[in-house]
Amino acid sequence: MTDYNFAYLDEQTKRMIRRAILKGLAIPGYQVPFASREMPMPYGWGTGGVQVSAAVMTADDVFKVIDQGADDTTNAVSIRRFFERTAGVETTEATGDATVIQTRHRIPEEPLNDDQILVYQVPIPEPLRFLEPSEVETRKMHALEDYGLMHVKLYEDISAHGAISTAYAYPVEVEGRYVMDPSPIPKFDNPKLTMSAIQLFGAGREQRIYALPPYTRVVSLDFEDYPFEASKAEHACALCGATDSYLDELIVDDAGTRMFMCSDTDYCQSRRAAGHVGAQGTPVKEDAA
Amino acid sequence: MTPLLQVDGLSKFYGQRIGCADVSFDLYPGEVMGIVGESGSGKSTLLNCLAGHLPPDAGRVMFDTRAEGMRDTVTMSEPERRMLGRTDWAFVHQHARDGLRMNVSAGGNVGERLMAVGARHYGDIRSQAIDWLGRVEIAEDRIDDRPRQFSGGMQQRLQIARNLVTGPRLVFMDEPTGGLDVSVQARLLDLLRGLVREMGLSAIIVTHDLAVVRLLADRLMVMKDGHVVETGLTDQVLDDPQHAYSQLLVSSVLQV
Repeated sequence: MTDYNFAYLDEQTKRMIRRAILKGLAIPGYQVPFASREMPMPYGWGTGGVQVSAAVMTADDVFKVIDQGADDTTNAVSIRRFFERTAGVETTEATGDATVIQTRHRIPEEPLNDDQILVYQVPIPEPLRFLEPSEVETRKMHALEDYGLMHVKLYEDISAHGAISTAYAYPVEVEGRYVMDPSPIPKFDNPKLTMSAIQLFGAGREQRIYALPPYTRVVSLDFEDYPFEASKAEHACALCGATDSYLDELIVDDAGTRMFMCSDTDYCQSRRAAGHVGAQGTPVKEDAA
Repeated sequence: MTPLLQVDGLSKFYGQRIGCADVSFDLYPGEVMGIVGESGSGKSTLLNCLAGHLPPDAGRVMFDTRAEGMRDTVTMSEPERRMLGRTDWAFVHQHARDGLRMNVSAGGNVGERLMAVGARHYGDIRSQAIDWLGRVEIAEDRIDDRPRQFSGGMQQRLQIARNLVTGPRLVFMDEPTGGLDVSVQARLLDLLRGLVREMGLSAIIVTHDLAVVRLLADRLMVMKDGHVVETGLTDQVLDDPQHAYSQLLVSSVLQV
């Protein structure tokens, strides 16, 4: 081990964060204020998620970090290294092997089980923020279930674009009570919010923690005549051929040629390892050579 | 007939200063009451206390709710009061930008109250919004425009549509024609008079413009320094004012 306390934060701070997490689990969707600490990374890089991960992590945990679905981006790699160094935990890229998964903007394609905890990095926890700038007023609105304004936003979407154009951070209603921002996950992931793993949301700069216990009923807001639709690009993954996963769109040359591939790198990899090959993919063995 | 609104000994103090003191009156369904007085006479304070925007220091405001009959709105819980505020009550502000969402389209502004009480069908909300824009003489093709692209008179008419769309029974108006030029005022008054008659609305109108109450109000209350100094039928008060201040007020109107 190192000179750091286990998982960087001191024990008092972890207790404080755990209390906030327990309260969040007891009131699903409610934003619990907590005393967010200064972390050795800038706000907006996942300070909330890191603090929540640190508070729930044990020495036996296997840790995975995904950033927009990918395990190999700067943010994911540095957070993974951070906990390797400060907690000495084992890390992995395989969704199925991980017990704590910290994520930025995606839910893994592979269904999670009840031994796993999914920790979200949240930039702006307040779903009403851009409609009502006053925090005093939004907290009052949550307390009184005064959510008419949320539908005004969806109404404006339809009147301007002919469809609900909100594509990420799509507001949801939790257990018929609180309206919650599911962090900027694509709305494709919204139906997965009802799952068997515990989901914890940490917003470091905004100093809020909220949570979804397993199997919480989460409903995406919509209109009767414009129902919610979990949309994705109408393509198959170019590498693994998956038609059921959320796709990233890449422009690969100056002529604007597009390529679509799974945003969940672990999902794509494991499919290719199992022998699936997409239109532009190559079998895994040649790939490795 | 039971009154729609029963106000009893309503007082509001700002520290040592009087906002309004010991105001009592009854308002019956379909009745329009005007409150007149000079600036600082407490008429806006009174209106805000009645509408639940300010907590009064003493007194009762009994409202005849649809479900449970007479209820004191002062001691009512905040969610109940807010519910009244978007169903049975309406509040028309002097400045349209206080009562409108300036960065939401006209249709969204009208639809907000519907969605707040549970409307979840876009097509229905939109057709009701179009209907109401028509009733306040705003062209249908302006439905997706922001209120900031509207003239002052149109903004005020939009605010009225936004408030009346849920079919309220009691409308509070704070200087609804303030800041508009006279021809626009006349059109707006015409519109308000039509809507009040057509929908059988009760209304409380605060204004310093005696012409407005002459046209709209059945009854009149004159306020001075936080106290009600004279009440009566509008024509009676305006044609034969009894209190010295009412006489001054009536005689101060410019004759053209």
